[in-house]
Amino acid sequence: MTAIEDATLKLDPEEARRARQERLERIGKWVLPLAIMVLAIVLWDRICVWNEIPQYILPRPGVVLQTLHNDAGLLFSSLLVTLRITFFSLLLAVIGGVGLAVLFAQSKWVEMSFFPFAIVLQVTPIVAIFPLINIYVNNQTVKLLLCAWIVAFFPILSNTTLGLNSVDRNLRDLFKLNGATRWQQLRYLRLPAAMPYFLGGLKIAGGLSLIGAVVAEFVAGAQGQSSGLASRIIEAGYRLNAPRLFAALILISLTGILIFLVLSLVSHLILRRWHESALKQER
Amino acid sequence: MIQEKLAETPAAPGAVPMLLALRNVGKVFSNGVTALSKVDLAIREGDFLSLLGPSGCGKSTALRLIAGLSTPTSGQLDWRGSIDRSNTGFVFQEPTLLPWASVFDNVWLPLRLKGVSRAKAEPAVMEMLSRVHLTGFENAVPRELSGGMKMRVSIARAMVTKPRILLMDEPFAALDEITRFKLNNDLLELWQDERFTVVFVTHSVFESVFLSSRVVVMAARPGRVHGELPINAPYPRDEAFRTSPDYAALCRQASDVLVDAINSTAGSHHDGH
Repeated sequence: MTAIEDATLKLDPEEARRARQERLERIGKWVLPLAIMVLAIVLWDRICVWNEIPQYILPRPGVVLQTLHNDAGLLFSSLLVTLRITFFSLLLAVIGGVGLAVLFAQSKWVEMSFFPFAIVLQVTPIVAIFPLINIYVNNQTVKLLLCAWIVAFFPILSNTTLGLNSVDRNLRDLFKLNGATRWQQLRYLRLPAAMPYFLGGLKIAGGLSLIGAVVAEFVAGAQGQSSGLASRIIEAGYRLNAPRLFAALILISLTGILIFLVLSLVSHLILRRWHESALKQER
Repeated sequence: MIQEKLAETPAAPGAVPMLLALRNVGKVFSNGVTALSKVDLAIREGDFLSLLGPSGCGKSTALRLIAGLSTPTSGQLDWRGSIDRSNTGFVFQEPTLLPWASVFDNVWLPLRLKGVSRAKAEPAVMEMLSRVHLTGFENAVPRELSGGMKMRVSIARAMVTKPRILLMDEPFAALDEITRFKLNNDLLELWQDERFTVVFVTHSVFESVFLSSRVVVMAARPGRVHGELPINAPYPRDEAFRTSPDYAALCRQASDVLVDAINSTAGSHHDGH
Protein backbone atom coordinates (compact mmCIF):
# COMPACT_ATOMS: atom_id res chain seq x y z
CA MET A 1 0.00 0.00 0.00
CA THR A 2 2.76 2.45 0.94
CA ALA A 3 4.29 2.05 -2.50
CA ILE A 4 1.05 3.21 -4.06
CA GLU A 5 0.71 6.13 -1.68
CA ASP A 6 4.31 7.19 -2.38
CA ALA A 7 3.57 7.08 -6.07
CA THR A 8 0.90 9.75 -5.66
CA LEU A 9 3.70 12.20 -4.90
CA LYS A 10 5.01 11.81 -8.44
CA LEU A 11 1.93 12.55 -10.51
CA ASP A 12 1.95 12.89 -14.23
CA PRO A 13 1.22 16.43 -15.48
CA GLU A 14 -2.44 15.72 -16.22
CA GLU A 15 -3.19 14.30 -12.76
CA ALA A 16 -1.12 17.04 -11.12
CA ARG A 17 -3.16 19.66 -12.93
CA ARG A 18 -6.37 17.95 -11.85
CA ALA A 19 -5.23 17.81 -8.21
CA ARG A 20 -4.28 21.50 -8.32
CA GLN A 21 -7.66 22.33 -9.84
CA GLU A 22 -9.49 20.46 -7.09
CA ARG A 23 -7.48 22.21 -4.39
CA LEU A 24 -8.24 25.60 -5.91
CA GLU A 25 -11.94 24.81 -6.18
CA ARG A 26 -12.07 23.73 -2.55
CA ILE A 27 -10.60 27.06 -1.43
CA GLY A 28 -12.48 29.15 -3.99
CA LYS A 29 -15.84 27.72 -2.90
CA TRP A 30 -15.52 29.62 0.38
CA VAL A 31 -13.22 32.50 -0.41
CA LEU A 32 -14.95 33.78 -3.56
CA PRO A 33 -18.46 34.41 -2.20
CA LEU A 34 -16.99 35.92 0.98
CA ALA A 35 -14.74 38.25 -1.01
CA ILE A 36 -17.61 39.38 -3.24
CA MET A 37 -19.78 39.96 -0.16
CA VAL A 38 -17.10 42.08 1.52
CA LEU A 39 -16.53 43.97 -1.73
CA ALA A 40 -20.26 44.69 -2.07
CA ILE A 41 -20.46 46.01 1.50
CA VAL A 42 -17.43 48.24 0.98
CA LEU A 43 -18.92 49.54 -2.27
CA TRP A 44 -22.25 50.18 -0.52
CA ASP A 45 -20.41 52.20 2.11
CA ARG A 46 -18.43 54.16 -0.47
CA ILE A 47 -21.51 54.99 -2.55
CA CYS A 48 -23.20 56.44 0.54
CA VAL A 49 -20.13 58.58 1.26
CA TRP A 50 -19.39 59.68 -2.30
CA ASN A 51 -22.96 60.66 -3.07
CA GLU A 52 -23.63 62.05 0.40
CA ILE A 53 -26.83 59.98 0.62
CA PRO A 54 -28.81 60.86 3.77
CA GLN A 55 -29.18 58.15 6.41
CA TYR A 56 -32.99 57.98 6.10
CA ILE A 57 -32.65 56.93 2.45
CA LEU A 58 -29.64 54.61 2.47
CA PRO A 59 -27.76 54.14 5.75
CA ARG A 60 -24.11 53.11 5.73
CA PRO A 61 -23.40 49.47 6.66
CA GLY A 62 -21.74 50.57 9.87
CA VAL A 63 -24.85 52.43 10.95
CA VAL A 64 -27.01 49.38 10.24
CA LEU A 65 -24.71 47.28 12.37
CA GLN A 66 -24.84 49.90 15.10
CA THR A 67 -28.66 49.85 14.97
CA LEU A 68 -28.69 46.06 15.11
CA HIS A 69 -26.73 46.37 18.34
CA ASN A 70 -28.68 49.31 19.83
CA ASP A 71 -32.15 47.98 18.99
CA ALA A 72 -31.21 44.39 19.77
CA GLY A 73 -33.84 44.02 22.49
CA LEU A 74 -36.69 45.20 20.30
CA LEU A 75 -35.55 43.41 17.15
CA PHE A 76 -34.76 40.07 18.74
CA SER A 77 -38.04 39.89 20.64
CA SER A 78 -39.77 40.52 17.29
CA LEU A 79 -37.58 37.89 15.66
CA LEU A 80 -38.70 35.44 18.31
CA VAL A 81 -42.36 36.11 17.45
CA THR A 82 -41.68 35.53 13.76
CA LEU A 83 -39.61 32.44 14.48
CA ARG A 84 -42.38 30.96 16.60
CA ILE A 85 -44.90 31.36 13.78
CA THR A 86 -42.39 30.00 11.27
CA PHE A 87 -41.53 26.98 13.37
CA PHE A 88 -45.09 26.00 14.25
CA SER A 89 -46.37 26.51 10.72
CA LEU A 90 -43.52 24.32 9.43
CA LEU A 91 -44.43 21.70 12.01
CA LEU A 92 -48.07 21.83 10.91
CA ALA A 93 -46.97 21.71 7.27
CA VAL A 94 -45.00 18.54 7.98
CA ILE A 95 -47.89 16.92 9.84
CA GLY A 96 -50.47 18.04 7.31
CA GLY A 97 -48.33 17.40 4.23
CA VAL A 98 -47.14 13.94 5.26
CA GLY A 99 -50.57 13.03 6.65
CA LEU A 100 -52.32 13.95 3.41
CA ALA A 101 -49.63 12.25 1.33
CA VAL A 102 -50.07 9.02 3.30
CA LEU A 103 -53.82 9.31 2.80
CA PHE A 104 -53.32 9.90 -0.94
CA ALA A 105 -50.98 6.93 -1.13
CA GLN A 106 -53.67 4.60 0.21
CA SER A 107 -55.61 4.83 -3.00
CA LYS A 108 -55.21 6.35 -6.42
CA TRP A 109 -58.87 7.41 -6.23
CA VAL A 110 -58.36 9.51 -3.12
CA GLU A 111 -55.35 11.18 -4.71
CA MET A 112 -57.19 11.87 -7.97
CA SER A 113 -60.13 13.34 -6.05
CA PHE A 114 -58.32 15.62 -3.63
CA PHE A 115 -55.03 16.62 -5.22
CA PRO A 116 -56.67 19.41 -7.29
CA PHE A 117 -57.83 21.08 -4.06
CA ALA A 118 -54.28 21.14 -2.78
CA ILE A 119 -53.17 22.75 -6.03
CA VAL A 120 -55.90 25.40 -5.84
CA LEU A 121 -54.80 26.22 -2.31
CA GLN A 122 -51.21 26.47 -3.47
CA VAL A 123 -51.63 28.65 -6.54
CA THR A 124 -53.94 31.23 -4.98
CA PRO A 125 -51.74 34.07 -3.63
CA ILE A 126 -51.82 34.10 0.15
CA VAL A 127 -52.14 37.90 0.23
CA ALA A 128 -55.46 37.51 -1.58
CA ILE A 129 -56.74 34.85 0.82
CA PHE A 130 -55.74 36.66 3.98
CA PRO A 131 -58.69 39.12 4.15
CA LEU A 132 -60.99 36.08 4.18
CA ILE A 133 -59.04 34.42 6.95
CA ASN A 134 -59.19 37.73 8.78
CA ILE A 135 -62.99 37.58 8.68
CA TYR A 136 -63.35 33.95 9.71
CA VAL A 137 -60.60 33.62 12.29
CA ASN A 138 -60.38 35.75 15.41
CA ASN A 139 -57.24 34.55 17.10
CA GLN A 140 -54.17 36.45 15.85
CA THR A 141 -51.72 33.55 16.17
CA VAL A 142 -54.09 31.12 14.46
CA LYS A 143 -54.46 33.57 11.58
CA LEU A 144 -50.74 33.82 11.03
CA LEU A 145 -50.23 30.09 11.44
CA LEU A 146 -52.93 29.29 8.92
CA CYS A 147 -51.37 31.65 6.38
CA ALA A 148 -47.86 30.32 6.74
CA TRP A 149 -49.18 26.77 6.68
CA ILE A 150 -51.01 27.23 3.39
CA VAL A 151 -47.80 28.48 1.81
CA ALA A 152 -45.53 25.79 3.27
CA PHE A 153 -47.45 22.54 3.18
CA PHE A 154 -47.69 22.04 -0.57
CA PRO A 155 -44.04 21.16 -1.35
CA ILE A 156 -44.10 18.61 1.45
CA LEU A 157 -47.37 17.12 0.24
CA SER A 158 -46.39 16.90 -3.41
CA ASN A 159 -42.86 15.62 -2.77
CA THR A 160 -43.93 13.04 -0.20
CA THR A 161 -46.74 11.81 -2.47
CA LEU A 162 -44.22 11.40 -5.28
CA GLY A 163 -41.86 9.53 -2.95
CA LEU A 164 -44.53 7.18 -1.61
CA ASN A 165 -45.45 6.28 -5.17
CA SER A 166 -41.87 5.82 -6.38
CA VAL A 167 -41.15 2.52 -4.66
CA ASP A 168 -39.22 -0.05 -6.71
CA ARG A 169 -41.67 -2.55 -8.28
CA ASN A 170 -39.64 -5.58 -7.19
CA LEU A 171 -39.52 -4.37 -3.61
CA ARG A 172 -43.29 -4.06 -3.66
CA ASP A 173 -43.49 -7.64 -4.96
CA LEU A 174 -41.13 -8.76 -2.22
CA PHE A 175 -43.44 -7.33 0.43
CA LYS A 176 -46.45 -8.91 -1.24
CA LEU A 177 -44.67 -12.30 -1.34
CA ASN A 178 -44.02 -12.10 2.35
CA GLY A 179 -47.64 -11.30 3.10
CA ALA A 180 -46.97 -7.77 4.38
CA THR A 181 -50.01 -5.83 5.59
CA ARG A 182 -50.80 -2.36 4.27
CA TRP A 183 -49.40 -0.85 7.44
CA GLN A 184 -46.18 -2.89 7.27
CA GLN A 185 -45.70 -1.88 3.67
CA LEU A 186 -46.11 1.77 4.61
CA ARG A 187 -43.92 1.55 7.70
CA TYR A 188 -41.03 -0.54 6.37
CA LEU A 189 -41.06 0.29 2.66
CA ARG A 190 -42.94 3.33 1.45
CA LEU A 191 -42.14 5.82 4.21
CA PRO A 192 -38.37 5.13 4.19
CA ALA A 193 -38.36 5.17 0.39
CA ALA A 194 -40.13 8.55 0.44
CA MET A 195 -37.65 10.03 2.94
CA PRO A 196 -35.29 11.70 0.38
CA TYR A 197 -38.29 13.22 -1.41
CA PHE A 198 -39.82 14.41 1.86
CA LEU A 199 -36.54 16.00 2.97
CA GLY A 200 -36.27 17.80 -0.38
CA GLY A 201 -39.78 19.16 0.19
CA LEU A 202 -38.92 20.09 3.77
CA LYS A 203 -35.98 22.25 2.62
CA ILE A 204 -38.30 24.21 0.33
CA ALA A 205 -41.05 24.38 2.95
CA GLY A 206 -38.62 25.73 5.58
CA GLY A 207 -37.93 28.80 3.49
CA LEU A 208 -41.57 29.13 2.48
CA SER A 209 -42.85 29.00 6.04
CA LEU A 210 -40.62 31.97 6.91
CA ILE A 211 -41.92 33.81 3.85
CA GLY A 212 -45.47 32.83 4.80
CA ALA A 213 -44.99 34.08 8.34
CA VAL A 214 -43.53 37.40 7.18
CA VAL A 215 -46.20 37.96 4.53
CA ALA A 216 -48.97 37.13 7.00
CA GLU A 217 -47.47 39.57 9.49
CA PHE A 218 -47.28 42.21 6.80
CA VAL A 219 -50.96 41.91 6.04
CA ALA A 220 -51.91 41.63 9.68
CA GLY A 221 -49.34 44.25 10.70
CA ALA A 222 -50.94 46.76 8.37
CA GLN A 223 -53.89 46.55 10.72
CA GLY A 224 -51.61 47.03 13.73
CA GLN A 225 -52.13 43.54 15.08
CA SER A 226 -48.69 42.01 15.01
CA SER A 227 -45.39 42.34 16.77
CA GLY A 228 -43.16 40.26 14.49
CA LEU A 229 -40.23 41.42 12.40
CA ALA A 230 -42.46 42.35 9.47
CA SER A 231 -44.37 44.84 11.57
CA ARG A 232 -41.02 46.28 12.73
CA ILE A 233 -40.18 46.82 9.07
CA ILE A 234 -43.51 48.53 8.32
CA GLU A 235 -43.18 50.66 11.43
CA ALA A 236 -39.62 51.67 10.57
CA GLY A 237 -40.79 52.52 7.05
CA TYR A 238 -43.46 54.90 8.37
CA ARG A 239 -40.91 56.60 10.60
CA LEU A 240 -38.26 56.81 7.88
CA ASN A 241 -36.02 54.81 10.20
CA ALA A 242 -34.02 53.23 7.38
CA PRO A 243 -31.24 51.79 9.58
CA ARG A 244 -33.72 49.76 11.61
CA LEU A 245 -35.49 48.68 8.43
CA PHE A 246 -32.21 47.36 7.08
CA ALA A 247 -31.35 45.71 10.39
CA ALA A 248 -34.69 43.87 10.46
CA LEU A 249 -34.24 42.85 6.85
CA ILE A 250 -30.78 41.43 7.57
CA LEU A 251 -32.18 39.49 10.52
CA ILE A 252 -34.88 37.92 8.33
CA SER A 253 -32.30 37.04 5.69
CA LEU A 254 -29.99 35.44 8.22
CA THR A 255 -32.91 33.50 9.68
CA GLY A 256 -33.77 32.14 6.24
CA ILE A 257 -30.17 31.08 5.67
CA LEU A 258 -30.03 29.45 9.09
CA ILE A 259 -33.25 27.50 8.47
CA PHE A 260 -31.89 26.27 5.15
CA LEU A 261 -28.56 25.22 6.67
CA VAL A 262 -30.19 23.40 9.58
CA LEU A 263 -32.59 21.51 7.29
CA SER A 264 -29.75 20.66 4.91
CA LEU A 265 -27.76 19.28 7.82
CA VAL A 266 -30.73 17.23 9.04
CA SER A 267 -31.22 15.88 5.52
CA HIS A 268 -27.54 15.02 5.20
CA LEU A 269 -27.43 13.24 8.55
CA ILE A 270 -30.45 11.12 7.71
CA LEU A 271 -29.41 10.19 4.16
CA ARG A 272 -25.62 10.13 4.38
CA ARG A 273 -25.26 6.35 4.58
CA TRP A 274 -27.45 5.27 1.71
CA HIS A 275 -28.81 7.92 -0.62
CA GLU A 276 -27.00 8.99 -3.78
CA SER A 277 -27.62 12.69 -3.09
CA ALA A 278 -25.67 12.57 0.15
CA LEU A 279 -22.72 10.56 -1.09
CA LYS A 280 -19.36 12.01 -2.03
CA GLN A 281 -18.45 11.54 -5.65
CA GLU A 282 -16.31 8.42 -6.01
CA ARG A 283 -13.89 8.16 -8.88
CA MET B 1 -60.05 -20.83 -7.69
CA ILE B 2 -60.33 -24.42 -6.61
CA GLN B 3 -56.97 -25.99 -5.91
CA GLU B 4 -56.85 -29.74 -6.03
CA LYS B 5 -54.42 -31.11 -3.53
CA LEU B 6 -52.11 -33.89 -4.62
CA ALA B 7 -52.07 -37.06 -2.59
CA GLU B 8 -49.69 -36.90 0.38
CA THR B 9 -48.27 -40.32 -0.34
CA PRO B 10 -45.98 -40.84 -3.31
CA ALA B 11 -47.58 -42.73 -6.17
CA ALA B 12 -44.99 -45.41 -6.69
CA PRO B 13 -42.44 -46.83 -4.27
CA GLY B 14 -39.07 -45.22 -4.81
CA ALA B 15 -40.55 -42.31 -6.74
CA VAL B 16 -39.62 -38.84 -5.58
CA PRO B 17 -42.72 -37.15 -4.13
CA MET B 18 -44.24 -34.39 -6.21
CA LEU B 19 -44.21 -30.94 -4.65
CA LEU B 20 -46.10 -28.91 -7.21
CA ALA B 21 -47.68 -29.52 -10.57
CA LEU B 22 -48.70 -26.93 -13.14
CA ARG B 23 -51.60 -28.42 -15.07
CA ASN B 24 -52.54 -26.98 -18.43
CA VAL B 25 -51.63 -23.50 -17.17
CA GLY B 26 -52.21 -20.50 -19.42
CA LYS B 27 -51.75 -16.79 -18.84
CA VAL B 28 -53.13 -14.04 -21.05
CA PHE B 29 -52.29 -10.43 -20.18
CA SER B 30 -54.89 -7.69 -20.38
CA ASN B 31 -53.14 -6.33 -23.51
CA GLY B 32 -53.96 -9.59 -25.29
CA VAL B 33 -50.48 -11.12 -25.18
CA THR B 34 -50.49 -14.85 -24.45
CA ALA B 35 -47.57 -15.25 -22.09
CA LEU B 36 -48.13 -18.93 -21.35
CA SER B 37 -50.14 -21.56 -23.12
CA LYS B 38 -51.01 -25.08 -21.88
CA VAL B 39 -48.00 -25.50 -19.63
CA ASP B 40 -47.70 -28.83 -17.85
CA LEU B 41 -44.83 -29.04 -15.42
CA ALA B 42 -44.20 -31.32 -12.49
CA ILE B 43 -41.79 -30.13 -9.82
CA ARG B 44 -40.51 -32.89 -7.58
CA GLU B 45 -39.18 -32.60 -4.06
CA GLY B 46 -35.46 -31.82 -4.16
CA ASP B 47 -35.37 -30.91 -7.86
CA PHE B 48 -32.96 -28.32 -9.12
CA LEU B 49 -35.06 -27.39 -12.12
CA SER B 50 -34.02 -24.77 -14.63
CA LEU B 51 -36.42 -23.04 -16.97
CA LEU B 52 -34.30 -22.26 -20.00
CA GLY B 53 -35.52 -20.27 -22.95
CA PRO B 54 -35.24 -17.17 -25.12
CA SER B 55 -36.67 -13.89 -23.86
CA GLY B 56 -40.45 -13.73 -24.16
CA CYS B 57 -40.95 -17.48 -23.58
CA GLY B 58 -42.84 -16.86 -20.35
CA LYS B 59 -40.29 -18.38 -17.98
CA SER B 60 -40.47 -15.43 -15.60
CA THR B 61 -44.26 -15.42 -15.86
CA ALA B 62 -44.31 -19.10 -14.85
CA LEU B 63 -42.16 -18.26 -11.84
CA ARG B 64 -44.44 -15.41 -10.81
CA LEU B 65 -47.44 -17.74 -11.06
CA ILE B 66 -45.77 -20.23 -8.75
CA ALA B 67 -44.89 -17.44 -6.30
CA GLY B 68 -48.49 -16.23 -6.33
CA LEU B 69 -47.52 -12.79 -7.64
CA SER B 70 -49.90 -13.44 -10.51
CA THR B 71 -52.81 -15.81 -11.12
CA PRO B 72 -53.24 -18.15 -14.09
CA THR B 73 -55.91 -17.36 -16.69
CA SER B 74 -56.57 -21.06 -17.22
CA GLY B 75 -55.43 -24.33 -15.72
CA GLN B 76 -54.28 -24.77 -12.17
CA LEU B 77 -51.40 -25.15 -9.77
CA ASP B 78 -51.60 -28.23 -7.56
CA TRP B 79 -49.56 -28.07 -4.39
CA ARG B 80 -48.92 -31.19 -2.40
CA GLY B 81 -50.73 -31.47 0.92
CA SER B 82 -50.25 -28.58 3.30
CA ILE B 83 -47.58 -26.93 1.20
CA ASP B 84 -48.50 -23.75 -0.66
CA ARG B 85 -46.95 -20.58 -2.00
CA SER B 86 -46.18 -19.35 1.51
CA ASN B 87 -43.44 -22.00 1.51
CA THR B 88 -41.59 -20.26 -1.32
CA GLY B 89 -38.62 -17.91 -1.30
CA PHE B 90 -38.00 -15.57 -4.22
CA VAL B 91 -34.75 -14.14 -5.59
CA PHE B 92 -35.16 -11.37 -8.16
CA GLN B 93 -32.86 -10.55 -11.05
CA GLU B 94 -31.76 -7.44 -9.16
CA PRO B 95 -30.69 -7.85 -5.53
CA THR B 96 -33.78 -5.78 -4.59
CA LEU B 97 -32.52 -4.79 -1.15
CA LEU B 98 -33.79 -1.98 1.04
CA PRO B 99 -31.03 0.61 0.43
CA TRP B 100 -31.51 2.31 3.81
CA ALA B 101 -31.36 -0.89 5.84
CA SER B 102 -28.30 -2.81 7.03
CA VAL B 103 -27.52 -6.29 5.72
CA PHE B 104 -28.91 -7.73 8.96
CA ASP B 105 -32.16 -5.78 8.66
CA ASN B 106 -32.54 -6.81 5.03
CA VAL B 107 -32.24 -10.50 5.87
CA TRP B 108 -34.45 -10.06 8.94
CA LEU B 109 -37.22 -8.47 6.83
CA PRO B 110 -39.28 -11.60 5.91
CA LEU B 111 -39.25 -12.71 9.57
CA ARG B 112 -39.99 -9.17 10.75
CA LEU B 113 -43.06 -9.07 8.49
CA LYS B 114 -44.20 -12.26 10.20
CA GLY B 115 -43.86 -10.55 13.57
CA VAL B 116 -40.55 -12.08 14.70
CA SER B 117 -38.58 -9.68 16.90
CA ARG B 118 -34.95 -8.75 16.18
CA ALA B 119 -33.69 -10.76 19.15
CA LYS B 120 -35.70 -13.85 18.21
CA ALA B 121 -34.67 -13.60 14.55
CA GLU B 122 -30.99 -13.07 15.27
CA PRO B 123 -29.85 -16.72 15.36
CA ALA B 124 -31.59 -17.52 12.06
CA VAL B 125 -30.31 -14.34 10.38
CA MET B 126 -26.72 -14.83 11.54
CA GLU B 127 -26.84 -18.50 10.50
CA MET B 128 -28.04 -17.56 7.00
CA LEU B 129 -25.40 -14.83 6.68
CA SER B 130 -22.69 -17.32 7.52
CA ARG B 131 -24.15 -19.79 4.99
CA VAL B 132 -23.72 -17.19 2.23
CA HIS B 133 -20.26 -16.22 3.54
CA LEU B 134 -21.22 -12.74 4.73
CA THR B 135 -20.39 -13.02 8.41
CA GLY B 136 -19.01 -9.69 9.59
CA PHE B 137 -21.01 -7.64 7.09
CA GLU B 138 -24.26 -7.51 9.05
CA ASN B 139 -23.95 -3.77 9.73
CA ALA B 140 -22.99 -2.75 6.20
CA VAL B 141 -25.58 -1.06 3.98
CA PRO B 142 -26.14 -2.39 0.43
CA ARG B 143 -24.22 0.37 -1.37
CA GLU B 144 -21.09 -0.62 0.52
CA LEU B 145 -21.26 -4.13 -0.99
CA SER B 146 -20.21 -5.47 -4.40
CA GLY B 147 -22.77 -6.86 -6.86
CA GLY B 148 -22.04 -10.44 -5.87
CA MET B 149 -22.32 -9.70 -2.16
CA LYS B 150 -25.65 -7.95 -2.68
CA MET B 151 -26.92 -11.06 -4.44
CA ARG B 152 -25.74 -13.18 -1.50
CA VAL B 153 -27.76 -10.98 0.85
CA SER B 154 -30.74 -11.45 -1.44
CA ILE B 155 -30.34 -15.24 -1.31
CA ALA B 156 -29.93 -15.19 2.47
CA ARG B 157 -33.13 -13.15 2.73
CA ALA B 158 -35.04 -15.62 0.57
CA MET B 159 -33.72 -18.59 2.59
CA VAL B 160 -34.13 -17.19 6.10
CA THR B 161 -37.72 -18.45 6.33
CA LYS B 162 -36.57 -21.98 5.38
CA PRO B 163 -38.78 -22.23 2.28
CA ARG B 164 -39.49 -25.59 0.59
CA ILE B 165 -39.09 -24.05 -2.87
CA LEU B 166 -36.60 -21.36 -3.83
CA LEU B 167 -37.68 -19.46 -6.94
CA MET B 168 -34.86 -17.63 -8.73
CA ASP B 169 -35.47 -15.26 -11.64
CA GLU B 170 -32.17 -14.94 -13.57
CA PRO B 171 -30.43 -14.03 -10.32
CA PHE B 172 -26.86 -13.97 -11.63
CA ALA B 173 -27.48 -12.54 -15.10
CA ALA B 174 -26.06 -9.12 -14.21
CA LEU B 175 -22.88 -10.42 -12.57
CA ASP B 176 -19.44 -10.84 -14.10
CA GLU B 177 -18.41 -14.39 -14.96
CA ILE B 178 -15.97 -14.95 -12.11
CA THR B 179 -18.54 -13.86 -9.55
CA ARG B 180 -21.24 -15.88 -11.28
CA PHE B 181 -19.19 -19.09 -11.13
CA LYS B 182 -18.49 -18.51 -7.46
CA LEU B 183 -22.15 -17.93 -6.68
CA ASN B 184 -23.13 -21.00 -8.74
CA ASN B 185 -20.82 -23.14 -6.61
CA ASP B 186 -22.04 -21.65 -3.35
CA LEU B 187 -25.68 -22.03 -4.35
CA LEU B 188 -25.16 -25.73 -5.16
CA GLU B 189 -23.43 -26.24 -1.82
CA LEU B 190 -26.33 -24.61 0.00
CA TRP B 191 -28.85 -26.66 -1.98
CA GLN B 192 -27.09 -29.92 -1.20
CA ASP B 193 -26.88 -29.13 2.50
CA GLU B 194 -30.45 -27.94 2.96
CA ARG B 195 -32.23 -30.18 0.43
CA PHE B 196 -34.77 -27.61 -0.70
CA THR B 197 -36.25 -27.46 -4.21
CA VAL B 198 -35.10 -24.84 -6.71
CA VAL B 199 -36.82 -23.44 -9.78
CA PHE B 200 -34.19 -21.42 -11.59
CA VAL B 201 -34.99 -19.18 -14.55
CA THR B 202 -32.08 -18.49 -16.90
CA HIS B 203 -31.25 -17.87 -20.53
CA SER B 204 -27.77 -19.35 -20.15
CA VAL B 205 -27.35 -22.93 -21.41
CA PHE B 206 -24.07 -23.32 -19.52
CA GLU B 207 -25.45 -22.08 -16.23
CA SER B 208 -28.57 -24.27 -16.44
CA VAL B 209 -26.58 -27.43 -17.20
CA PHE B 210 -24.01 -26.77 -14.49
CA LEU B 211 -26.61 -26.26 -11.78
CA SER B 212 -29.63 -28.38 -12.62
CA SER B 213 -30.87 -31.87 -12.18
CA ARG B 214 -33.49 -31.11 -14.86
CA VAL B 215 -33.55 -28.49 -17.59
CA VAL B 216 -36.94 -27.56 -19.00
CA VAL B 217 -36.62 -25.73 -22.31
CA MET B 218 -39.34 -23.24 -23.19
CA ALA B 219 -40.32 -21.68 -26.50
CA ALA B 220 -41.87 -18.29 -27.19
CA ARG B 221 -45.04 -16.92 -28.83
CA PRO B 222 -46.94 -18.33 -27.10
CA GLY B 223 -44.80 -19.27 -24.09
CA ARG B 224 -44.84 -23.04 -23.72
CA VAL B 225 -42.76 -26.02 -22.62
CA HIS B 226 -40.80 -27.29 -25.59
CA GLY B 227 -38.83 -30.14 -24.10
CA GLU B 228 -37.04 -31.47 -21.08
CA LEU B 229 -33.51 -32.66 -20.53
CA PRO B 230 -32.45 -34.59 -17.43
CA ILE B 231 -28.92 -33.72 -16.32
CA ASN B 232 -27.70 -36.98 -14.88
CA ALA B 233 -24.23 -35.84 -13.84
CA PRO B 234 -23.56 -36.56 -10.17
CA TYR B 235 -23.35 -33.92 -7.44
CA PRO B 236 -21.30 -32.34 -5.95
CA ARG B 237 -20.31 -30.55 -9.12
CA ASP B 238 -17.22 -28.42 -8.98
CA GLU B 239 -14.74 -26.66 -11.25
CA ALA B 240 -13.57 -30.04 -12.59
CA PHE B 241 -17.10 -30.73 -13.84
CA ARG B 242 -17.15 -27.35 -15.55
CA THR B 243 -14.26 -28.40 -17.80
CA SER B 244 -15.23 -32.07 -18.25
CA PRO B 245 -16.27 -33.63 -21.59
CA ASP B 246 -19.53 -34.76 -19.93
CA TYR B 247 -20.43 -31.17 -19.21
CA ALA B 248 -19.57 -30.11 -22.74
CA ALA B 249 -21.73 -32.91 -24.18
CA LEU B 250 -24.68 -32.00 -21.96
CA CYS B 251 -24.35 -28.33 -22.92
CA ARG B 252 -24.37 -29.40 -26.55
CA GLN B 253 -27.59 -31.37 -26.01
CA ALA B 254 -29.29 -28.55 -24.14
CA SER B 255 -28.18 -26.10 -26.77
CA ASP B 256 -29.67 -28.30 -29.51
CA VAL B 257 -33.03 -28.43 -27.74
CA LEU B 258 -32.91 -24.66 -27.26
CA VAL B 259 -32.14 -24.02 -30.93
CA ASP B 260 -34.98 -26.37 -31.81
CA ALA B 261 -37.30 -24.40 -29.52
CA ILE B 262 -36.30 -21.10 -31.12
CA ASN B 263 -36.79 -22.54 -34.62
CA SER B 264 -40.20 -23.89 -33.68
CA THR B 265 -41.29 -20.32 -32.93
CA ALA B 266 -39.91 -19.07 -36.25
CA GLY B 267 -41.70 -22.01 -37.99
CA SER B 268 -45.05 -21.17 -36.45
CA HIS B 269 -44.74 -17.72 -37.99
CA HIS B 270 -44.25 -19.19 -41.45
CA ASP B 271 -47.34 -21.31 -40.92
CA GLY B 272 -49.24 -18.09 -40.70
CA HIS B 273 -50.43 -18.41 -37.10
